[in-house]
Amino acid sequence: MRLTTPAFKDNARGALADPNLQESLGKLRTGFQAIRADAVAGLPDFEALRDTARDLKDHTLANLDEYLTRYEAKVIELGGHVHWARDAAEARDIVLELCRSVGARKVTKGKSMIAEEVGLNEFLEANGIEPIETDLGEYIVQLAKEPPSHILAPAVHKTVAQVADLFLEHHGKYGKTRRLEQPPELVAEARDVLRARYFEADVGITGANFLVAENGASVIVTNEGNGDLTQVLPRMHIVLTSIEKVVPSLDDVSVLLRILARSATGQEMSAYTTFSFGPKRADDLDGPDSFHVILLDNGRAAMLGTEFQDILRCIRCGACLNHCPIYGAVGGHAYGWVYSGPMGAVLTPALIGITDAAHLPNASTLCGRCESVCPMRIPLPRMLRDWRRKAFEAKLMPPRARAGLAVWAWLAARPALYRAITGPAMRLLAAMAGRKGRFRALPLAGGWTGGRDLPAPQGATFQAQWAQKQRTRRR
Amino acid sequence: MSDARADILAGIRASLARGPLAAAGRDALDARVGGPPDAERAPADREGRVALFRDKAEAVSATTARIASLDELPGAVSDYLAAQNLPSAILATPDPLLDGAPWDTQPLLALKRGVPGIDDLVGLTCAHGGVAETGSLVMWHDKNNPHSASFVPETNIVVLPASRVVGSLEEVWPEVRAAATPPRALCFVTGPSRTGDIGLRIELGAHGPRRLHVVIVDDVET
Repeated sequence: MRLTTPAFKDNARGALADPNLQESLGKLRTGFQAIRADAVAGLPDFEALRDTARDLKDHTLANLDEYLTRYEAKVIELGGHVHWARDAAEARDIVLELCRSVGARKVTKGKSMIAEEVGLNEFLEANGIEPIETDLGEYIVQLAKEPPSHILAPAVHKTVAQVADLFLEHHGKYGKTRRLEQPPELVAEARDVLRARYFEADVGITGANFLVAENGASVIVTNEGNGDLTQVLPRMHIVLTSIEKVVPSLDDVSVLLRILARSATGQEMSAYTTFSFGPKRADDLDGPDSFHVILLDNGRAAMLGTEFQDILRCIRCGACLNHCPIYGAVGGHAYGWVYSGPMGAVLTPALIGITDAAHLPNASTLCGRCESVCPMRIPLPRMLRDWRRKAFEAKLMPPRARAGLAVWAWLAARPALYRAITGPAMRLLAAMAGRKGRFRALPLAGGWTGGRDLPAPQGATFQAQWAQKQRTRRR
Repeated sequence: MSDARADILAGIRASLARGPLAAAGRDALDARVGGPPDAERAPADREGRVALFRDKAEAVSATTARIASLDELPGAVSDYLAAQNLPSAILATPDPLLDGAPWDTQPLLALKRGVPGIDDLVGLTCAHGGVAETGSLVMWHDKNNPHSASFVPETNIVVLPASRVVGSLEEVWPEVRAAATPPRALCFVTGPSRTGDIGLRIELGAHGPRRLHVVIVDDVET
């Protein structure tokens, strides 16, 4: 996919001015936050399970090499094949080679963020193989030739009317020529169109939510059932996934399942949780003849042992997106690549480099809601600060911002001088603001006041108020 | 052994600042697997579990019925199809459990056994078990119950022996571990297929079944 991360600011400006997007994002904010809160309230040990989940994933990452080789051995025992891909190009090549080995023309796909990460669809198309997205949201964005804008709801940025237009435009070739208005009719039409595609496909590609080292299972969690039809009907099933998806045992999967759906969609359990164990058995009546797993690294191994290791605990529930004021304002496309929201702002710089992704760590108010809802207790704000520091060290900030920070740092390191300057300055600003208590415009602060008012200082600095409080307490 | 595999494993070990795990380290990982469930998540008695299963399944838009024995199964299936105004042609899986039901008592039901095709609208499958905590069916998709049977037909009727309803997910794992080989697919099915992808409105029947009807049978002990 085309990378537009360096243009985050322009993307965000466009997103804020898009009324359709703003309508969709409004629904997302209210909907997902409320259903998660209800689901969490219904499970008394949810907080304890978050600790367990964090610890089990930390344990896995500390033994990742061992768990991956155990998983591999079990898949081979089941009659499957495991392929290792260092980067996106290797993963694409392996998929293509596998598709060609069975003469594939059509490939159905369940939702896979890794397939997005490696840019699989464009690559298959360029090589004469038609990829067909089957997750309804992915199908919609595929028709629109857009990337997904949310992990769970890839087409959340599309209004019902926009989906209706897309279906009218693309479903004519299947004899569907009436513009449908209502979601139930639209879902039914997509079901009808895609049903035949499942039966035609030569290869089915799914992602994986978890890989189980204990027994070689790959696990997908879906609500539509598309991932199951994708893997059972074609002759070959390819699981395209990444190395940090492995967990030690079934016990670990049940812990993660208990918090995943609640954090994501507020469900106690998604409609379908499917464990796949290799290709069809000799006496099975259906299932793929061959089963392949592609394990992608793409920079993840190098993140172990660094300040960014914790993001590898992420189980892609989307809770941090749903609770982020920035994501809620600009949506997923503004982030300019596959992953968005707080987890995307941390993961993307690690995968594509901080130079192209320098804006993302700043696309946060550091309000901390993401960390407070993350089922895996990932310290997202801390890592966003770490990326800001790295961007600063790499001199990726505009010179004026760097100079401003340098002046502030010099001053902050001299407390007496800092107090001497800020005290009178705050009193002056308070006096200038008068009774309104805010500024509509202020010299040198146009970047702030252009979009909103600046609240005026209350007359005393934080340090002065703190000192006053301490004195009162001692008395 | 491909270069990529060796490189990735070496990269992991370099980042973790250690070599391959020694035997003692590997044994410690083995000791982690298994163990009892962390909490009681459902009533200990069968009646309590079945009641919780039905509540939870119905809360996610499945329907349930309960019958005393397999003798009542054909009638229960007929009644459900009639009530839903559905055709009486059924694709049933080869599960031997279904052989024990007196299908000739319902001459209007046209029962076909095997795997479903694109035109099969009603499917009849047998669950391996149920999980009361979440109202989930445990579908053991092997030769007796093909995987596609749970997903292709628009209406899925599932036979669930009451004796096979356990409390939590964790109680299923010992059976998976005890199996000589696992089934090709093990699915936990919780309600009918659904999507929220158009306008963030939940619609049933996205790709899998639009309707999920669970018939709980009392006298089957397995």
